[in-house]
Amino acid sequence: MRVAAAFAARHRWRRAEIAFWVFAFVAWAVLSRQAPIGNEIAILALFALSLDLILGYAGIVSLGHAAFFGAGAYAAGLFAKHLSGDPLLGLAVAAGVATVLDFATSFLVLRGSDLTRLMVTLGVALVLGEIANKATTITGGADGLQGVVIAPLFGLFAFDLTGRTAFAYSLVVLLVLFVVARRIVNSPFGASLRAIRDNPLRAAAVGIPVRRRLVAIYTIAATYAGVAGALLAQTTQFVSLDALAFDRSADVLLMLVIGGPGWLYGGIAGALVFKIAQDVFSGLTPQYWHFWLGLVLVVLVLTGRERLHERIARLVRGRRGAVPVPPGGDAVRADRV
Amino acid sequence: MTAALETVALCKTFGGVTATDRVSLVLAPGARHALIGPNGAGKTTLVNLLSGVLPPTAGRVLLDGEDVTDLPVERRVRRGLGRTFQINQLFGAMTPLETLGLAVAERAGIGGDLWHPAGRDEEAVAEIVDLAARFRLTEALEARTSTLPYGRQRLLEIAVAFAGRPRVLLLDEPAAGVPEHERDELLDAVATLPRDVAVLLIEHDMDVVFRFAERISVLVNGAIYAEGAPDEIARDPRVRAAYLGDGESDG
Repeated sequence: MRVAAAFAARHRWRRAEIAFWVFAFVAWAVLSRQAPIGNEIAILALFALSLDLILGYAGIVSLGHAAFFGAGAYAAGLFAKHLSGDPLLGLAVAAGVATVLDFATSFLVLRGSDLTRLMVTLGVALVLGEIANKATTITGGADGLQGVVIAPLFGLFAFDLTGRTAFAYSLVVLLVLFVVARRIVNSPFGASLRAIRDNPLRAAAVGIPVRRRLVAIYTIAATYAGVAGALLAQTTQFVSLDALAFDRSADVLLMLVIGGPGWLYGGIAGALVFKIAQDVFSGLTPQYWHFWLGLVLVVLVLTGRERLHERIARLVRGRRGAVPVPPGGDAVRADRV
Repeated sequence: MTAALETVALCKTFGGVTATDRVSLVLAPGARHALIGPNGAGKTTLVNLLSGVLPPTAGRVLLDGEDVTDLPVERRVRRGLGRTFQINQLFGAMTPLETLGLAVAERAGIGGDLWHPAGRDEEAVAEIVDLAARFRLTEALEARTSTLPYGRQRLLEIAVAFAGRPRVLLLDEPAAGVPEHERDELLDAVATLPRDVAVLLIEHDMDVVFRFAERISVLVNGAIYAEGAPDEIARDPRVRAAYLGDGESDG
């Protein structure tokens, strides 16, 4: 049936997508010396994916997404230090902590306008950062959380200095959570989020419970951010205050803007570009890498990230079916950023 | 018989301005009721009060005899109160297929499903196909809504409201701005709405009103000024005066 086929075309895996993931795992196999940076990219990609879920799909702006990243990082670090070094158990605990924290703050964040949200998210992150700074007996304060020891994955693969176990671990977690996110955005729930993003009043008139849906996606995104933070804590076996820092919230927003919000791969592409650019530029001029980053960003945003992003999106989608996938609100979303 | 929709002394003031003034309105089940009035009479404010977009300053709104005054928009939709918008509020970047899918999913209670792909539910898909056929959108289903002819967009507007299976449907100037050659199709769709749905038509165009309504209420300065069968209203000298502009200003 035509209508059913039109729906099905929406969530079918494209060849380019599969190629991308194959490529990622090939990179793991081939680039053994770059494993640490690969690990970092995978973690940042997950973090940016988390932001994409709320910003790209639901239109919620945030300048404090590091709050959940940091919460997950500290939860995983403390759990490993005091209770158990099992990585998967730690991941679950960290996800749980981020989820609870988020659910508690969602009621603050989801009222009001974009500006209110920016300020409240920023404020929550700053408060948490300061708590972590002062609670030195628990968090280690400015010295960071020391003594985190992670047991080998499944008792077999140790998190050694080469970082290969870490990279594989982060990459698999990223893939699993990506697949889940992909299901979410292609579900009726995901469709209702896009409706809310485009016109909340109209969404309510269609019968969509706007607030409940926003709380749900905000909570899911926070869980993702918490897992990303936990991955960083576990794979580096250390947690510092910058897990909660404002820079981290700003960087993840930059990554998403670079890659383009609202198509799931934007965060991944952004993290990749961001990290590689950081590596290259800071190699050239160690002190001024932010200068180059800033320049690239301004050029990108002014001259045609939109066009660039469209082109990549088309590539990823493969040949476009009869129904265009709706990155149509792009201009709107760029405005919000 | 319980009224499908009833308001009890509904009031709304903005600062010192009274936009809705003790409006008591009764819509019988299956009614074909029109609400007319000069510009600025408060027609759209009243629709916003009925649908829950605005909270009233005083008074109650009853749906099937139950008080829904404090319920938010989406809860009223679920209880069977649908509305259309006067100014285009459709999701321009979506297709009619997706838009109808949203409404059908919420009505069927699967809108919160975050695991199964949209369009997997066969009943929901069949319902979308039926809706599209009823509102002549079959050909337009997969086009971007913002690229559709205006008349098609207005049809989609009604189709979306109808997808919630309302027992009361508020149509806020459904034909406004629709070019002549698309108009008949639209009015046809309005005229052939099922008889078990009570319809409140807010309209400016007297042709449309007299073609459709079995009962008419006239709103002037936020208050019900006159109410009756179409021929009574047509003869009422006070209504004629209000429409000719005696002491009545836009705004």
